[in-house]
Amino acid sequence: MEYKALQDPSDRIEVKNTTCYMCACRCGIRVTLKNGEVRYIQGNPDHPLNQGVICAKGSSGIMKQYSPARLTKPLLRKQGTERGDAQFEAISWDQAFGIMEERLGRIRAEDPKKFALFTGRDQMQALTGLFARQFGTPNYAAHGGFCSVNMAAGMVYTIGGSFWEFGGPDLDRAKLFVMIGTAEDHHSNPLKIALSKFKRNGGRFISVNPVRTGYSAIADEWVPIKPGTDGALLLAIIHELIAMGLYDREFLVNYTNAAELVNMDDASSEYGMFVRFEVPPEEGCFDAQNKLWWDRELDHPISTHTPGADPYLLGDFKLSDGTPVKPSFQLLKERVEEYTPEWAERITGIPAETIRRLAHEMGVTARDQKIELPIAWTDVWDNEHKTVTGNPVAFHAMRGLAAHSNGFHTIRALSILMSILGTIDRPGGFRHKAPFPRPIPPCAKTPKGPEGVQPNTVLGGMPLGWPADPDDLFVDEAGEPVRIDKAFSWEYPLSVHGLMHNVITNAWRGDPYPIDTLLIFMANMAWNSSMHTDDVRRMLNDKNENGDYKIPFIIVADAFQSEMTAFADLVLPDTTYLERYDVMSILDRPISEFDGPVDSVRIPVVPPLGECKPFQEVLIEMGSRLKLPAFVDKDGKRKYRDYPDFIVNYETEPGSGIGFLSGWRGTAGEKFMRGEPNPRQWEMYAKNDCVYHHELPKSYQYMRNWNQGYLEWARNVRLTRYAEPINIHIYSEVLQKFRLAAQGKSIGKQPPARLKKRIEKFCDPLPFYYEPLEAQLSDLQKYPLNAVTQRPMAMYHSWDSQNAWLRQIHAHNYLMVNPVVGKANGFEDGDWVWVESQWGKVRCMARFTEAVEPGTVWTWNAIGKASGAWGLTPDANESKKGFLLNHVISEELPPHADGEHISNSDPLTGQAAWYDVRVKVYKAADDEPQETSPQYKPMPKFPGMGVAKTIQAFFAGKGEWK
Amino acid sequence: MTQLALVIDLNVCVGCHACVTNCKEWNTSGIAGPLVDMNPYGADPTGTFFNRVQTYEAGEFPKTETLHFPKSCLHCEEPPCVPVCPTGASFKRAEDGIVLVDYDKCIGCKYCSWACPYGVREFDEQQKVMKKCTLCVDRIYDASLPEKERKPACVLACPTSARLFGDVHDPESEVSVAIRERGGYQLMPEWGSKPSNHYLPRRKTNIRIHEDELVRADNPLVKEGHLPKPALDEPSFDDVMF
Amino acid sequence: MHPAFSVIFLTTLIGIGQGLFLALYTGEVYALFKVLPPQDGQQFYGMGSLLVMVFLGLGLFASFFHLGHPERAWRAATRWRTSWLSREVIALPAFMGVAFLYGVTHWLGMETPVVYIGSVGLSISLILGAIATLLCFTLFVCTGMIYACIKFLQEWHSPLTVLNFILLGSASGFTLATAFAYFAAPDLVDFYGAWAIIITGGALLTRGASLIRNARLKPKSTIQTAIGVRHTKVVQKAQGFMGSSFNTREFFHHMPAAVVRSVKWVFLVLVFPVPVVFLGSGLMSSSAALMVLAVLVQYAGLLAERWFFFAQANHPQNLYYQSIA
Ligand SMILES: Nc1nc2c(c(=O)[nH]1)N[C@H]1C(S)=C(S)[C@@H](COP(=O)(O)OP(=O)(O)OC[C@H]3O[C@@H](n4cnc5c(=O)[nH]c(N)nc54)[C@H](O)[C@@H]3O)O[C@H]1N2
Ligand SMILES: Nc1nc2c(c(=O)[nH]1)N[C@H]1C(S)=C(S)[C@@H](COP(=O)(O)OP(=O)(O)OC[C@H]3O[C@@H](n4cnc5c(=O)[nH]c(N)nc54)[C@H](O)[C@@H]3O)O[C@H]1N2
Ligand code: SF4
Ligand code: SF4
Ligand code: SF4
Ligand code: SF4
Ligand code: SF4
Ligand SMILES: [Mo]
Repeated sequence: MEYKALQDPSDRIEVKNTTCYMCACRCGIRVTLKNGEVRYIQGNPDHPLNQGVICAKGSSGIMKQYSPARLTKPLLRKQGTERGDAQFEAISWDQAFGIMEERLGRIRAEDPKKFALFTGRDQMQALTGLFARQFGTPNYAAHGGFCSVNMAAGMVYTIGGSFWEFGGPDLDRAKLFVMIGTAEDHHSNPLKIALSKFKRNGGRFISVNPVRTGYSAIADEWVPIKPGTDGALLLAIIHELIAMGLYDREFLVNYTNAAELVNMDDASSEYGMFVRFEVPPEEGCFDAQNKLWWDRELDHPISTHTPGADPYLLGDFKLSDGTPVKPSFQLLKERVEEYTPEWAERITGIPAETIRRLAHEMGVTARDQKIELPIAWTDVWDNEHKTVTGNPVAFHAMRGLAAHSNGFHTIRALSILMSILGTIDRPGGFRHKAPFPRPIPPCAKTPKGPEGVQPNTVLGGMPLGWPADPDDLFVDEAGEPVRIDKAFSWEYPLSVHGLMHNVITNAWRGDPYPIDTLLIFMANMAWNSSMHTDDVRRMLNDKNENGDYKIPFIIVADAFQSEMTAFADLVLPDTTYLERYDVMSILDRPISEFDGPVDSVRIPVVPPLGECKPFQEVLIEMGSRLKLPAFVDKDGKRKYRDYPDFIVNYETEPGSGIGFLSGWRGTAGEKFMRGEPNPRQWEMYAKNDCVYHHELPKSYQYMRNWNQGYLEWARNVRLTRYAEPINIHIYSEVLQKFRLAAQGKSIGKQPPARLKKRIEKFCDPLPFYYEPLEAQLSDLQKYPLNAVTQRPMAMYHSWDSQNAWLRQIHAHNYLMVNPVVGKANGFEDGDWVWVESQWGKVRCMARFTEAVEPGTVWTWNAIGKASGAWGLTPDANESKKGFLLNHVISEELPPHADGEHISNSDPLTGQAAWYDVRVKVYKAADDEPQETSPQYKPMPKFPGMGVAKTIQAFFAGKGEWK
Repeated sequence: MTQLALVIDLNVCVGCHACVTNCKEWNTSGIAGPLVDMNPYGADPTGTFFNRVQTYEAGEFPKTETLHFPKSCLHCEEPPCVPVCPTGASFKRAEDGIVLVDYDKCIGCKYCSWACPYGVREFDEQQKVMKKCTLCVDRIYDASLPEKERKPACVLACPTSARLFGDVHDPESEVSVAIRERGGYQLMPEWGSKPSNHYLPRRKTNIRIHEDELVRADNPLVKEGHLPKPALDEPSFDDVMF
Repeated sequence: MHPAFSVIFLTTLIGIGQGLFLALYTGEVYALFKVLPPQDGQQFYGMGSLLVMVFLGLGLFASFFHLGHPERAWRAATRWRTSWLSREVIALPAFMGVAFLYGVTHWLGMETPVVYIGSVGLSISLILGAIATLLCFTLFVCTGMIYACIKFLQEWHSPLTVLNFILLGSASGFTLATAFAYFAAPDLVDFYGAWAIIITGGALLTRGASLIRNARLKPKSTIQTAIGVRHTKVVQKAQGFMGSSFNTREFFHHMPAAVVRSVKWVFLVLVFPVPVVFLGSGLMSSSAALMVLAVLVQYAGLLAERWFFFAQANHPQNLYYQSIA
């Protein structure tokens, strides 16, 4: 046999670049087609994000493309059948558009908020958000609320940037890397690339996680922690760092509000606010530079950043008018006084010795291994710096912190820890990615009241925004929510990404009001993105006394036969990522690098299957039909031929020069960030690996919160409105404003009486530790264990059970438990057990592992599936042996002092508290069926779905795979 | 003589399975393909893969180590799978040491798989022949690919670059240097099969903090005047020394 | 290992065929030296050889079920220099061929001596029989060596494996010969019966020895050497796939340990004492039924023995396939 490349001259080989979408990471891929069939998908070596590598999911794109679970036709629920039965008839797109046009047109004319549009783990919030806003509905959000909004909000409200897509650890230069509560992350490949380089360069890697798998496996040290207690750990580390003087004083003084004086006169309406010496000349969404330090030399208050001034960070002082003041760092020091390592040991399960050592490692590495780069830069106060310096301690954290109801404060604590170590936007520490840093908080705002929602009118603000004070809340006169998910209300004042996890329950209950049409795009709310799935499925199918569905009309845009599609009245078949145009817009969350903004696109490599239509096209079509202003001209005529045309020509305002893409703007593609539409923009992206990468000059790449050059550049390209410094909020005045309102000390919006205590407690300007809310309301004797999920690296949420290759790696899941738990509860490795919380129970198989903290049980997320879904046979492992933990997680807390239907979420951000659930685990009876419970009636195959082969031998290029 | 091989760095492998599925997608449409999947959408799906990533745990909580362990044919220097093959379908190439199966000769007797201690050969249930990692022989010599990409698919895919590829007989190659300098080892050395693929062990980086690093004169607390300061009236040596 | 039925039948069937041939030829040689009465060429050696061919043929037939590509089976003869399997593939038809000729010459009555060594006259069939005997042992050795040569299958890697194949095959062949002789050569019944009992006893010794040896084996490969981690407690959590794979199907019997243990006792009883008792009482009572029963029971026992032979072999590759998660 000859082992040479298979080259048949008659084969048509094409190689095309596009962007992967097997997960949210958005790597560049190179797709080889043989005779029109996908032969090989590899990482694009010229792509800045993944530099040629690719992951398990990305490598299995072929099986997604040719999956028999794909939807290929618009489907309408058959008359007389129930939701969930999944009895559909195929209809034409014309009919589908007709139905939607009629319905949405009516809603828009009557009460636009009765249309709710929620999207899952998508990457086109710029367009979906625009559509919602143009439609006039406030009821729009993407997955952020159930995903990691704590991470975004906790950090953006502290350092003006965040992990997640907005920034990350600089592992190129870090010496010590502490990863907290991260399994797989949105930054999948880049993080792996960086981790291995870091380790090979001799960096020390510590992982704080109740579980040791994945990344944590290669950590030099694993610090097992009890879930929900990281706040205690981080505060204790801060305690130790301050006690030992292991903080970066210079950084704190110059770049944070640590030295700024806080009014300590508790009789004053300004109590807890920074004292200001003058009214700012200009008001805007930035921190005015009008605060005071206490100068050491003069022993006198002095305007911050006065040249030559050297303020106290600690101490307490009196202004000449007798007002007691303290630097905010003093307040932080006082706050953490009680948070000793010994205290934290009792909460976290981590020995105090270890906590101290961790603090010392961080502090000493930061102080003694300083990096100095020969890069001159100028700060906003006109100080010239010959070098950029950095303290090489980097952190990364994700949902292990975020998905708890105390996550916001925990993440504030982390941000503060990173700040006192002096590691923000400096080499070896945390680095921003454009469009961050943004002001604290960023400028975008929602409408401030119900008047922002009017028939046939564009929404009077952004559907999502960043409240800076109580007046920014989106509430009615009584202080009650305007949005269906109650975001931006007093219940969850900083819910900057909405609360998608409460939409169905609220709409079902009609609280705060019933809606008419729910459009779900790319979210599997009847399964893995709902808390308490079993109940949610009932709500989706529930009717009122008249026999009408409580949620009258549900539209689902999906690419596969997901559990959610079964509950749709109308199903819109989407394309796959290989079949459509797409943009990773600078207006949303682009794939920027530390060194500058990057955005990217997808360009189809194969034609759409069947009647699949990109959802982007659906929105453009609907926008045009409904005559939403952005989509039609003055005469109401359709403005954009299609989505690619829209991307090229749309500008946020006529002539703004700001559009979805930042690269190759201007009539000839000579401009970037801003510029006239360029008719050949797509071509230019296509020629450049589908990416636009603007590398900033070196001197603009660091210290961007305070970097004059950068801030002015950002202002000039209109990334930001102001070039004002973005000082780190060690002490959060924003939160203090909410607290003052709750205390009745401020004029303006006041919380409803029932929430006053809650606001007062949680809107603490300094981080504090509290036990997760659900734990506070649970019988911990009865439910002693924490149950969490982790992302498997080879599966993306629920997407990949239809994927013939990936599902062989994760066909079903086990409950992973420490053997100690098994022993104590009378079951063995491999036994069928029940996991039960106060909300419900699930039957599953247990697997013993020594790599989990004994108070925690865990499983892979979203491997279990409903029978018959995802193109699988009803007896597939996913639905028989696999299980979904969501059944035992609640979307609401038990009734308590704050109210009856309070979301099981962070009280500030509304972040779903997935990982707060408390469970017990016990052996299933021997006579019980050896399959997961609950079970559902198998979903039938839908019209238009493909044939699921029992023997499949994929070989591209023979014309068998279309 | 050349001996091509993989060297797998367990120090950085995070167990992502990229090498598993990228191998599958490359090879299923390549010279070794198709790689069949049985019951791909039903109960207990199973298919032919040339590479698997496994997970092991060592030790007991809290001193647990989790190890991700990728494994494909190790292209042994003394491959026990080759001499036992009755047809000569299994062979080791003289020019580069790659162990291959000629599917046109293989009778599917499975005997070679019995003779491999490493469990890396997989019988293709559709084509009824024995298959295994080819070291991507149809990539690494393909002149139509850019030079940089003439590497096994799994190597190119690996996000942590835990997979090195090269000639382990060339002492100056990247792989030989890695084996030499980082303690590269072979699996089951007891059988004398001399696997060409090697594994690089875990290494730990620790920080040692000395007492004097914690208490130092440049402690910023000094600036706050908050370092413990004896009261002025406390006795001092100065008062009593001559 | 996973006991494949094709191989179980192959080895047991050719084993009994080989044993029967050896019995026939022993009888002829004894007769040559006048220790035993001569037998009718057609009825005894002819029919006997036919019986041998039937067993070998069935074995060969079974072996094809083991092959993915039986149509290419001829290729398997090409690597005799290195592969015991290839050698077996040559030895089996060679033996069959010569044994066939042996039967044919007997059938055709070509029993007159053509060569004399001293006073002993050797007929064509006698010469062919000698060659066939050589091939028969070669085949036994090849078959045994297929298993014995794989050094990391420690349960098999022993001369006992070859001995067992020879003795167990011979025992079953002699038992069969006893029953056959009852019909075709009644005056040889005692001779065969006695030898059958002796060889069965010998087989018990060697098979017992291998059981004892195997029970004491210390696996050379451990999970530590398999993955190269020197830690006293290492366990696999995930083998990398969840359905199954060739590696989980081919190398493990997937039976509870209790079943394997019972199979061992079943074969120990069925192969050794029971046939001996049946044969003994059959000889004493001259009962054909008992003799036939001895054959059937022993063969059934051998099926169990062969199943156990595979099941007991612990392939080191299994260290890599222990757990799914
Ligand atoms: N392969 C793959 N990649 C993905 C996804 C996917 O589904 N598959 N999903 C993407 C999405 S949408 C998201 S949001 C990200 C999420 O990325 P991650 O946040 O990395 O994902 P999780 O799986 O939620 O991981 C949470 C980790 O926190 C740990 N943990 C749980 N509770 C605590 C705690 O209280 N403290 C600490 N320290 N740790 C804790 C868990 O053990 C787990 O390791 O991943 C993205 N990337
Ligand atoms: N227990 C538990 N539950 C969780 C989490 C957890 O950690 N634990 N994590 C939560 C988090 S962070 C997130 S982000 C959510 C994610 O939850 P979701 O976003 O709701 O769920 P996904 O599984 O990502 O699936 C969304 C749908 O997108 C569809 N889809 C895939 N590709 C396309 C496409 O190209 N077009 C269209 N139109 N549809 C497509 C899929 O078929 C699927 O039905 O899950 C949440 N749920
Ligand atoms: S990390 Fe995500 S985007 Fe990147 S290759 Fe994998 S699936 Fe695709
Ligand atoms: S690893 Fe196994 S299949 Fe590969 S050469 Fe060695 S013995 Fe042969
Ligand atoms: S299965 Fe094929 S390659 Fe393996 S020994 Fe048999 S003929 Fe040779
Ligand atoms: S070298 Fe090629 S065939 Fe072998 S494991 Fe890697 S990708 Fe698969
Ligand atoms: S691709 Fe690399 S990191 Fe991922 S499992 Fe394979 S060897 Fe390990
Ligand atoms: Mo998420």
